Amino acid sequence: MNFIVCIKQVPGTTEIKIDPKTNTLIREGVESIVNPFDTYAIEESLRLKERIGGKVTVISMGPPQAESVLREALSMGCDEAILLTDRAFAGSDTLATSYTLACGIRKIGEFGLVICGKQAIDGDTAQVGPGIAEKLGIPAITYVKKIEEINETRIRVERMMEEGYEVIETGLPALITVVKEINEPRLPSLKGMVRAKKAEIHMWNASDIACEKSKIGQAGSPTIVNKIFTPLPRKGGEIILGDPEEQAQKLVEKLRQAKVV
Amino acid sequence: MEYFLSEEQKMICELARRIAEEKIKPVREHYDETEEFPWPIVEELAKVDLCGVYIPEEYGGTGGGVFELCLAVEELCKIDGGIALVLAATALSAFPIMLFGNDEQKKKYLPDIAAGKKLAAFALTEPSAGSDASAIQTTAKKEGDSYILNGTKCFITNGGEAQIYIVITMTDKAKGSRGASAFIVEKDTRGFSFGKKEKKMGIRGSATRELIFNECKVPKENLLGREGQGFIIALRTFDVSRPGVAAQALGIASGALDDAINYSRERVQFGQSISSFQAIQHLLADMATEVEAARALIYATARMIDKDPKVRVTKEAAMCKLLASDVAMKVTTDAVQIYGGYGYMREYPVEKRMRDAKITQIYEGTNQIMRNEIALALIKEAARKKK
Amino acid sequence: MGIKIVEDKCTGCSLCVKACPFGLIKIVSREEVGKPHPKYKKIAVIGEGCNLCGACLEPCSLEAILIEREEEKPRVDISQYKGVWVFAEQKKGEIQGVAYELLGEGRKLADQLGEKLSCVLLGEGMDGAAKELIACGVDRVYQIEGAILKNFQDDPYTDVLTDLIQKEKPEIVLMGATVIGRSFASRVAARLGTGLTADCTELAIDPNTRQLLQTRPAFGGNIMATITTPYNRPQMATVRHKVFKKAVKQGNRRGEVIKENVEGKKLSLRAKLLDMVQDLTQTVNLADADIIVSGGRGLGGPENFHIIEELARTLGGAVGASRAAVDAGWMPYSHQVGQTGRTVCPKIYIACGISGAIQHLVGMQSSDIIVAINKDPNAPIFKVATYGIEGDLFQVVPALTKRLKEVLG
Repeated sequence: MNFIVCIKQVPGTTEIKIDPKTNTLIREGVESIVNPFDTYAIEESLRLKERIGGKVTVISMGPPQAESVLREALSMGCDEAILLTDRAFAGSDTLATSYTLACGIRKIGEFGLVICGKQAIDGDTAQVGPGIAEKLGIPAITYVKKIEEINETRIRVERMMEEGYEVIETGLPALITVVKEINEPRLPSLKGMVRAKKAEIHMWNASDIACEKSKIGQAGSPTIVNKIFTPLPRKGGEIILGDPEEQAQKLVEKLRQAKVV
Repeated sequence: MEYFLSEEQKMICELARRIAEEKIKPVREHYDETEEFPWPIVEELAKVDLCGVYIPEEYGGTGGGVFELCLAVEELCKIDGGIALVLAATALSAFPIMLFGNDEQKKKYLPDIAAGKKLAAFALTEPSAGSDASAIQTTAKKEGDSYILNGTKCFITNGGEAQIYIVITMTDKAKGSRGASAFIVEKDTRGFSFGKKEKKMGIRGSATRELIFNECKVPKENLLGREGQGFIIALRTFDVSRPGVAAQALGIASGALDDAINYSRERVQFGQSISSFQAIQHLLADMATEVEAARALIYATARMIDKDPKVRVTKEAAMCKLLASDVAMKVTTDAVQIYGGYGYMREYPVEKRMRDAKITQIYEGTNQIMRNEIALALIKEAARKKK
Repeated sequence: MGIKIVEDKCTGCSLCVKACPFGLIKIVSREEVGKPHPKYKKIAVIGEGCNLCGACLEPCSLEAILIEREEEKPRVDISQYKGVWVFAEQKKGEIQGVAYELLGEGRKLADQLGEKLSCVLLGEGMDGAAKELIACGVDRVYQIEGAILKNFQDDPYTDVLTDLIQKEKPEIVLMGATVIGRSFASRVAARLGTGLTADCTELAIDPNTRQLLQTRPAFGGNIMATITTPYNRPQMATVRHKVFKKAVKQGNRRGEVIKENVEGKKLSLRAKLLDMVQDLTQTVNLADADIIVSGGRGLGGPENFHIIEELARTLGGAVGASRAAVDAGWMPYSHQVGQTGRTVCPKIYIACGISGAIQHLVGMQSSDIIVAINKDPNAPIFKVATYGIEGDLFQVVPALTKRLKEVLG
């Protein structure tokens, strides 16, 4: 089966802070990484390939430097990598991104399953996965935490809900978005890294993927960012002193005063 | 410091570092306490192709040499000096097969080692034959199409866990040092059993056992090289494997140094971090300089070996093993000192490094023997020049 | 079009450099790039890959950075779209709490616009639920009935809602940012080709343009972005549970229920819902809890979580965990609070042995009262805690439990 994995390069925002003097974001030595949820998607595609055979193509939309995350995916064992890159794609919101990726996937050809990570940690919208499915006209199942069964025509999964999970079955081709619970991503192998370094990454621009200009980039983005501001930081309150018993007593007093207990 | 590593060498370091940080670090205390054998780590190393990092591509390895092995061992030992022996001690046993094995033997044993499916061990030492290797008493007597082995080996790393053993035996006592032969013996061969597992001071994440041969029948195809080559095989093996031991010591020292630097910055006494005291600074400076010197010597030796496998590197190999192990012992002791009282506590990672470092001064040739070898090599060289 | 540096305004002060989350801005010598200036020697240059997030605009007090859009015309006749809609998510016939919260907010928006507030309710046997919604201030309920709609399924729900939207043309459609809501809204928005903003924390109507101002956190909550959908309709947004207050039920409200049945209609259904399995480890739902007691790395091991559970039980609250505790395997992921876990907004959040890394704060900092118990006085959590207790949690937490038991009887 042909598997397609959609991945994104995101800033590794583990150390983002706010500068109290200027009240703006400080990005201290942040490198770009594969969106963490996407590594689970890549791992799942490799496991499926090991399970039922096939080929894994990984695709991403981004600036030229995004090729590093595609190489990482290749070093984990993916077979082919495609980067959709074009100035015309800049400024895409989730709708335009879904559309662009869908056009790219159509160009790849026949596929059985598209796998995406639940959401990207910079945008946090979780919208692109279902958006791609809609544009491709295929069913989508989000928050997949386990693939119970898969064959040439159907897939059965466990979908994580707030209070448990659902078991859903659908026909292929389909799209799923996966959560962390689904697997433990593998480390790249040395042979994989060497192969990935030499591999050719296909770079496709807007004219390569037969897309309509009005549906990509800024033009294809119905949402626009009106304003960006840093929220007022929440201030700390009071410190309760004393030995543990005293502290407990004082706290309970305060909670009672606040009528929450 | 720029080490001028190639892209692939950098990848090896990065992979080994990730395995060390992500897979070994969370469990190193566990293996130190329980002395269980770290099979899960063997699997992880196999998955990323590190088990074959020094084995030629035609046998399933990634085609690197001694240098690549040293890089991997060093990174792994920065986190734990014992668990990495699954790789280093196996290499010690794989080298003789690569150097002296015939095609069938290479094809039979190397691929499984490269894939991490089987581990290997090198068996020379006996209760009465440590530094005096020529005093070994294990015999191998030819009988028809096989050899019958009798005797005991002790202190064998990976003993009991490995599938493949290179055993040095006496095939002809009369010939003295020309009377030894090397055999490849597989686990589960009839007559081959294991003694107790040793309880060690350090490197407790590795297994050390006695090997017992009692009328153990080994097919003649398993003779490595020719009869009588036993000690030559051993010595040539040590020449290429000693940089690996040195890399182990280097990793242990390097990890201890990093921990000590970080700790000294965090620990506050007399209102300042102890890293601002000259006493600590001088310690750290000496430690760092010695570690870099050891690294330079190991890298240079490893590069020499890989460039020309025919060149004799006995002196250089002995030098880097000698230096790195002495440095490791000193650096880890100083690291414990810098940690003060906390350094003595098992909760903190430094005392383990000190316990792990000691063995590097002893095995694969004690440092006293190393000095002998170096001196002999120097004198020989001088004598040759005189002519 | 796109982003550009206004050459005669930029002084090369570099405040924008640190603000770019992608590290794309560099300060270079003006001479080198051929953009000389009588006064300033340096200028900012934005590298490839800028996705127009706008984070650099705020620090630039000189307005030397501009994001331009092409002159655009509305894609649809905006004047035709009227009304605020709320999707009333139901599970097992019960309307979910987040829907009531959206009704409260939706009413405000509708009133500001001078429009009607409607609800879309899909399910089977929802007559009673429809009445509940009217009582909460909804002007109209579109009650769509059908066996196929009993439980949420992507295909039929998407078909029904998009058809209804195309027919009735609402201006605004709001949904809860639940597991269902987030996938459902994405699918509907993609089919309609309209804008969707996820996880909004604030909604408002721009008095000049009548547009919906959708404010949401980005980059782990360090930045807030206000988003609009100027040229497409409807404007869609999802909102997380516990962000807005529930609508108050008023007994005497009037409204109309438009009931429709889909039996006999051709709706797509490609996926089959085979089973729904309850997670039995959670006794109090984290998302709904008013009181949450959370444990972090400071607990040291899974065996110590019982003191957290005791305190939570005494307070009648839920148990939460930081990512560190979940990753270490001490608590299941369903209890994780934070950027990659749940966002919670209880009345009291008690953080025990949690340092307060930004990824955790994002998940709980809008709690009414935050209590922090940690032995490290420098732990960042103290900066946001209403009450901070510096101490050994193994002593403080049991003492707290004991005191509460005495006081609560």
